[in-house]
Parts: sequence; structure tokens; C-alpha cells
Amino acid sequence: MAKPIELEINGKRYPVSYPADTPLLYVLRDELGLTGSKYGCGEGQCGACTVLIGGMPRRSCQIPVSAAAAKPITTIEGLEKDGRLNPVQQAFLDAGAFQCAYCTSGMIMSSVGLLQANPNPSQAEIVQFLQGNVCRCGTHPRVVEAVRQAAKMMQEHGR
Amino acid sequence: MSNVEGKLFIEPERFEFSAAPFHQFELARRDFFKILGAGIAVFAIAKDALARQETAPAHRSFHNEELPKDTNAWLHVGEDGSITGFTGKAEIGQNIRTALAQTIADELRAPFESVRMVTADTALTPFDAGTFGSRTTPTITPQLRRVAAAARDLLIEAAAKEWNVAPAGLIAADAKVTDPASGRSLKYAELARGKTLAQNLPAEDPITPATQWTIAGKAIPKVDARAFVTGKHQYTTDLRPAGMLYGRVLRPPSFGATLTSCDDSAAKAMTGAVVVRDGDFVGVAAPSAHEAQTALDAIHAQWKEMPQISSKEIFSYLKQNAAAKSEDRFRKQKGSVEEGLANAAHRLDATYTVAYIAHAPLEPRAAVAQWADGKLTVWTGTQRPFANRDELAEVFHLPESSVRVIVPDTGSAYGGKHTSDAAIEAARLARAAGRPVKVVWTRGEEFTWAYFRPAGVIEVKSGIASDGALTAWEFHNYHSGMSGIETPYDVANQRTEYHQVPLILRSGSYRGLAATANHFARETHMDALANAAKMDPLEFRMKNLSNARMRAVLGAAAKSFGWPRKKTQEGQGFGIACGEEKGSYVTTCAEIAVDKTSRAVRIVRLVEAFECGAIVNPDGLRNQVVGAMIQGLGGALFEAVEFENGRIKNPHFASYRVPRFRDVPEIEAVLLDRKDIPSAGAGETPIMAVAPAIGNAIFVATRIRLNNLPMVPNGLRSA
Repeated sequence: MAKPIELEINGKRYPVSYPADTPLLYVLRDELGLTGSKYGCGEGQCGACTVLIGGMPRRSCQIPVSAAAAKPITTIEGLEKDGRLNPVQQAFLDAGAFQCAYCTSGMIMSSVGLLQANPNPSQAEIVQFLQGNVCRCGTHPRVVEAVRQAAKMMQEHGR
Repeated sequence: MSNVEGKLFIEPERFEFSAAPFHQFELARRDFFKILGAGIAVFAIAKDALARQETAPAHRSFHNEELPKDTNAWLHVGEDGSITGFTGKAEIGQNIRTALAQTIADELRAPFESVRMVTADTALTPFDAGTFGSRTTPTITPQLRRVAAAARDLLIEAAAKEWNVAPAGLIAADAKVTDPASGRSLKYAELARGKTLAQNLPAEDPITPATQWTIAGKAIPKVDARAFVTGKHQYTTDLRPAGMLYGRVLRPPSFGATLTSCDDSAAKAMTGAVVVRDGDFVGVAAPSAHEAQTALDAIHAQWKEMPQISSKEIFSYLKQNAAAKSEDRFRKQKGSVEEGLANAAHRLDATYTVAYIAHAPLEPRAAVAQWADGKLTVWTGTQRPFANRDELAEVFHLPESSVRVIVPDTGSAYGGKHTSDAAIEAARLARAAGRPVKVVWTRGEEFTWAYFRPAGVIEVKSGIASDGALTAWEFHNYHSGMSGIETPYDVANQRTEYHQVPLILRSGSYRGLAATANHFARETHMDALANAAKMDPLEFRMKNLSNARMRAVLGAAAKSFGWPRKKTQEGQGFGIACGEEKGSYVTTCAEIAVDKTSRAVRIVRLVEAFECGAIVNPDGLRNQVVGAMIQGLGGALFEAVEFENGRIKNPHFASYRVPRFRDVPEIEAVLLDRKDIPSAGAGETPIMAVAPAIGNAIFVATRIRLNNLPMVPNGLRSA
């Protein structure tokens, strides 16, 4: 049953007590109030719940909380630093890469993960990487453009 | 909704619109100032609109019910100069929060940043039938312009009084009133200070023509966009009022199943769990989602199921079960089809089918319900807050004044969020628990217990003369609906009929309603006729079209696409399709490629020209048009709800395929800005011509004519 564990999220430590198999997403949203990560399907099929675990994009609805305890977790709330948006957030804003924006957190987290691993992805690599993120409003071309602009921004500013 | 001879009607295919009482908003004026503070307020309540609402029947049917055209709007100028516009419309990603604020700022001559919109809150905003039918731009935009113009006049009058001059010479600009004669000026904030001025709107204020817009017509970015990229925006699913429980509802194993026995003792024994059993409704609420699920799993229920038809036999069922005779209002005829067919050089009969598809909004249906002192407040992602309020009042035997429905900006809808299911479920559980309860549908529930875009069968008979002129056109739609059913082409002999069939799956609105199905059938058929006449498909359409706006979008799309195109490689194909609906015009051109070995169809490029009158926000419009094109790819190529014995067989994103990044081709949207034509809505029409343009391109590539949507759920099979 519920076992106390400690999560490191956005640089802060959070003691939580949840059954070990509870998906991380529910702990983030319901226990810690980090509601930027969204429930879209609960089946790892839509990407709305994407967070970085040890720098890698992961579907938090599929990660048991016990498995998330070992590595630092970054959620959408952790990207903004001292009031400055992450370049990916800024690029989404500049490109208007959203409509209802329910997929946006997951899109941004996946894109941040992509650019950490591959700072200069081709169009095809972006498309391939974001294949698991669903946008029902059809903002895909803007999302791809935002990721390209973010890559450019990060290279220009050496970030 | 369509506009027939100046009257507004709800299309018959909005099956989900249950009979609901129709009431006028009751907030007293003094309460209005109590909530917003002093200032200047303008109410657009046209007298005839009030009268019509007051005499409306208590229960409305959805068949051709006339709605009041004069939707109400409110505007408030506060003592700090802040301007607040009120509308019952909901923001569901279509960007009305931005577009409507632009409209107010433009007409009131105030900076965009000073305008805030309060939307879709039954306690604060005027009555509204719902956010559907591409109605916000054509109805609310002019209303808000009129209230803004009236507020501007009030401010000018206040300044005139202050200076003891005639109002005629004063100028309103940059949120202040200036007297050019003396150079004096007063800010709106100064003029509103200490006042509680309210005014009903004068009958018809002149409003600023599109050619003189300064803030409207600009590509202003989405309001509050920063809250979305930082994850701070709170959707319904994100709300967590203190003491809130998580609710889950027990679903039957199949549609129409009835509960025969239910053992909920194990669930009831769980600490913190609240179990509600009321008729066939069984639900639980618990302190965490996990505990709610555990409690739900502990309930053992027996159900009586009934045999039902499956998706495999749906189309023959629809034909066999159509009403023997269609009603007069679903029928339109002119000339003699028989004569037209007899005189034709070529005749063509064809049948088209359209599968059920799901909206699959990424934010599932959700609601948070809270009771206090016998009053109910519900936050829910709905397109119809007032209808939700009325349904809640009815279900819980409350006066409407005891129910408040608030719609946080919502994670999309596409016509799928009209009903109040989640709201009623959350409210039922919250009443039993004595605490707030949140119900968020799972993806499986969303794919099963929501409603669908109805399936349909369409039969077309047509004839053309040897020069390609249409001589006869007969069009029958079975079940899917009437939207976009009438041909825009010039044909003297025509018959158009819609045949109702009793519902099989729960069905209702979907972006564009049946216009997508009807355009698919018509534009595929037109293409086949062009082929029979050995004419270029564009030339054939132009020959049979006199409508200048339609010809303009055809020309614009063709020009950007480079029509006519010559094949440069095997498997390549080009298609074109056009249409008109809800006052806007569209043409889509498609380039496709069929893989030689796998027979997979790849969409290479889409070009769409769209015209909806004067453009309010070109960036928002472009986003809508491109979005509709991409959403349209799904229904065109692979989306279909499969069902058998009352069960949905593909209730997951893994088995119900929606368009993803790899499916998205190169896309170009050509927007025609007609400043001389009032703005029409743009949420729906851009989806309509995508499927036929692609199908027509597949025909060019393969000589295979695909008459069924989706066209290639498993690639192109037969060669």
C-alpha cells in the first residue's frame, strides 16, 4: 500500500505517500497541484502528460510513482526561470502554436527533450519525435515551426 | 445553424439538443454594478428579442426551432478605465476571447490591452443558445460593436456635459474623449468615475465599416497565451476546490443495458468512499482518483443487454429503416429531374457512405460540482452553458436561479461538448458527498459514452448535356443530415431530400455537421461527371457555377496550387473540390501519392482558399482554416467508429486513428479578405472540401473512385 517516497520535481523535493503503482501523473496533478501536465488518455497514446525524467521525455501516465523517485523530474511548471520563458515556450508563444492549447504542455516537454538530445533536428526528425503527441485542433505545422525556431534561438544564445 | 430567408433555424442533425427550457437571464441592473463596480454599462437587449424569449415555449424541440436573432451583449467601462465585454459564448480554442476583445477595442477606440472578455458564465453573461454553428462572429461581433458604439456615445456625452459643449464636435480615440476646439481631453477612466450609468442599446447604432478598422482585422496574438505555454491555465480538469473528491461512474457493458442487480457493499465499506445508487445511475466519489477507481472496481453489477446492430451492417440498415416519406421541410424541388435525365447526354448514379466518427477532444468531458445552501455551481467544459444550467435545474428540481454554470476556457470541443453528462454526474455525486466532486471522463468513456457524428448513406442521380452543362441533379441523404445538402451549381432540374432514420448510436453535432458528408458526395460526383464529359474538373465546375464568391475561391485555390498540374511521376494525383456553407466559401486542392508496392496513400500537399467576408483576425483565421484541414484528413482517410452489440470496438487512440504529425502534408491557406461583406464564422466550413479533393486526387492517380468515408483506412486495397 502507500509507501512514503521522495520525488525531485523542478529542483524541489516533495515527500509523497502513494501506492507504488500509482501513475506519476496523478501524483503531480492531484497531490502536488502541478496541473500543467494533462490527462488526455491515460494510456500513453496522446503525449499530453509528457514530463522529463532524468532529461528524457516520458509519459507520466505510464510511469509508476515508485519508478520516478530515482531521477530528477521536470514538468512544464519548471521550465520558466526567473520570469524568463524557456526558448521552446517562447517559440510556441511567438508562433501561436496552439488553439485550445490542451496538448501544449506535452508538446513543449517533448520538444524540450528532443532539443536536449538533438539541438539541430531536421523537419523529419521533429515530425518523427512528436508522432506520439496528439493535437486535435490541427496546429501541427505551427508546432514544427516553433521547434525549429526554438532550436535556432538556443543555438544563437548558446543555451 | 443555417440562415433561411433571414430566420435562424437549428439543423435537424443536432440530435443531442434535448428539449430544454428557454429562459431569460435575471440579474438586476444594480447587482451588475455591485459585481463590477461603478462605471458605464450598456446592455444590448433589443425589445423584440426580449419579447420573443419571453413568449418562447418552455420546452423546445430541435427541429427548425426559430431562435431569437438578437442575442444580448453587455459592456462595462470601469472607473479605472478597464473595459469588460460579456458574452455567453465559450472559448474552446477557436480564439473568440481575442477576436471579440479586438472588436470592442476597435469600436470603443481603446487599446486592445484594456479590454477583457467575460465568457460563458450563467451568473455573469447574457443568455446564449450555445457556441455552435459558426455563429459567434456573425451574431456576437455586430452586437458587441453596437454596445461599444453606444458606450462611446455615452462617454462623449459625459465629456460634453463636463465641458458644457455640444457632443457633436468631440472625438473619441485612445481611450479618451478630446475636444478639438479647446484641446481638452478626458480619459474614459475619468469619465466613468463615480457614475452608475446604464443604458439600453439604441435600436441601430452605425458601426465602423471593416475598411476603417484599426484593431480588428489585425493578427493580434491569443489573449493569455503565456498562461497556456507555462501550464498555468486552469481547465475544468485542473480545478481542485478545497475538500474535493474524485468521482467515477459505473458504465453499462453496452448501450441501452439496464441494471438488474448491484452489490456495492464492498465499495461502501471503503474508507472515505461515497457510493450513490439512484435508478440505473451508480457512481462513487473518493479522496483520490485511485481510491475512486478501486471503489468502482469493487462494485459488482449485473446488466440486461439487448441485441444491437453493428457497424458492418449499418449502411443497409440506414436505407431499410428510413422514413417511408420525408417531411416537406426536408425536401426541395425545382423543374423536373425526370425530364433533365431524359435529355442528358451522360447519366451517372452513385451511392456514397459516411462512417460514424468521434470528436475525441483532447480534454475529455469533465465537470466540478459544488453545492452550498441548496445552490449548485458547476464548472464544466461545455459549448452550451445555459442549456447545461437548465438541464441541471431540471434534473435536481431547482429553479434556474439556483444553478450557476461556469465554463473555463476549454480543451476543445468541435461540436462534441453540447450535453451536460459530466455536469449532472458530478452534481449527483457532490450532493450525496456533501463536498465538491470532480468527474473527468476517461478516454474510453469519451470514445464510448459521448455522441458521434452520424453515419449516412447518400444517393445521387445526375445528368449532363454533351457540353458538360448539368441537366438534372437528384440528391438523397439518409440519416447523416441536411447541412450543405443543396447544390451550389446551376441546374434547372433538381430534387434534394433528407431522410430521417431512428438513431442507432447516440449522435449529434460535429464541426460542419453533415456538410462534410454532403460535400464529399456532391464533389466526388461532380468530379466523376467531369471525367465523363472529358473536361478538366475545374473547368467543369466553372461551367456550372455562376456564384461569384464560389468562383473566386476556386480561382484563388487553383492559382496557388498551380492547377492544372501534369503528373511527373507514377502514383501522383491532383484533385479539387469546393463548397459553401454558413456564409463562407471554400476550395481545397490536393496532391497525393500512392506507393507502388504498399498502396499506401500519402497526402503530399493541400492548398485551400477560404473566404468568410471581412477578416477579424487573420492569424486566428489561418489557424482555424489549417486546423480544420488537418482534422478533416482523419475523417477523409481513416477515422471510423467500429461497434458491435452496443459496444465500441476501438475506444482508444491506439485503435481509433486520429491525424498525427506524420499525416500532415505541406499546407497552404489562401485567405480572401472581403471588407465589403459582413464577417461570417470560420470554425466549420474549412473542413468540408478536404475529403473530396483527396478522393478526386486518388482517382487521378489510380482510376479508382472511392465513394466511402473513410476512404483508405487500411491503404488502397483493390488495384
